Amino acid sequence: MSLSLALLLAAGTAAPDYGNTQLPDPRAEAQARALMGELRCVVCQGQSIADSDADMAADMRALVRQRIARGESPEAIRHWLIERYGDYVSYDPPLSGATALLWTTPILLLALGAWIARSSFRKRR
Amino acid sequence: MKRALIWLPLGLFGVLFVVIAAGLMRPADTGVHSTLVDKPLPAFELAPMVPGKPGLASSNFGTGKPRLLNVFASWCIPCVAEAPQLMALKARGVPIDAIAIHDKGPAVAAFLRRNGDPYSAIGDDSRSRVQMSLGSSGVPETFLIDGRGRIVRQYIGDIRADQVDQIVRDMAATR
Repeated sequence: MSLSLALLLAAGTAAPDYGNTQLPDPRAEAQARALMGELRCVVCQGQSIADSDADMAADMRALVRQRIARGESPEAIRHWLIERYGDYVSYDPPLSGATALLWTTPILLLALGAWIARSSFRKRR
Repeated sequence: MKRALIWLPLGLFGVLFVVIAAGLMRPADTGVHSTLVDKPLPAFELAPMVPGKPGLASSNFGTGKPRLLNVFASWCIPCVAEAPQLMALKARGVPIDAIAIHDKGPAVAAFLRRNGDPYSAIGDDSRSRVQMSLGSSGVPETFLIDGRGRIVRQYIGDIRADQVDQIVRDMAATR
């Protein structure tokens, strides 16, 4: 598999356009597709690269597929892009100082709801 | 306690008002900034784009003098608008190299004939590989690379006439 890919790449122009062509291995393609849904197209900023028609998005899809085919893990590819474009490029933001509120707000709201419910039940009694 | 609470909604409204008004005053920055600024230029090697002009490799940079790396394309309209500023920078002794995105040799040659040629080398980045490795998200963008091969600055969008002096100063402040 990786040998045939290496041969394809060596042939240069004979390599398929992975921006718009699926990988031959369905498992690798599924992996690539899952990652593409979580990466932001940096040109058309509201879309994932899976949804976007921009040339740049096709180039990013090609990058994802080629690296998956080479055996790289989706997380390594995501990390490579975050190193260059920042957390912005990923739709699955890591927990950090800036995103802590994003992750903890649901828990805080749930706790607040429980507290309000408790006090209002107590009043009724 | 209860009395004071009556002012809470108005207070919250005031806070929200200030936040939204401040957001409206400030022009939105929709540029995607490369996080490679202050980091070494990634290694790359690109074939020549037009006959008679060398291709571009990362080894062209970091040779003791700062250089500009312009990301452009012959199909890009803002790149036409930027061309006079690049020519002005070249005339003031600023060395400029380029990578051309999604482009063809004859198209780039025609672009250079029409708009002038400020470049010492142009690399062919037909699939945006090097552009992505730089954390660049569109054309045109220009990177200032210092004499040690580090990315010092990223100028997003076309360079305007009023930016030329600043860029010359940035170059002078960079080693």
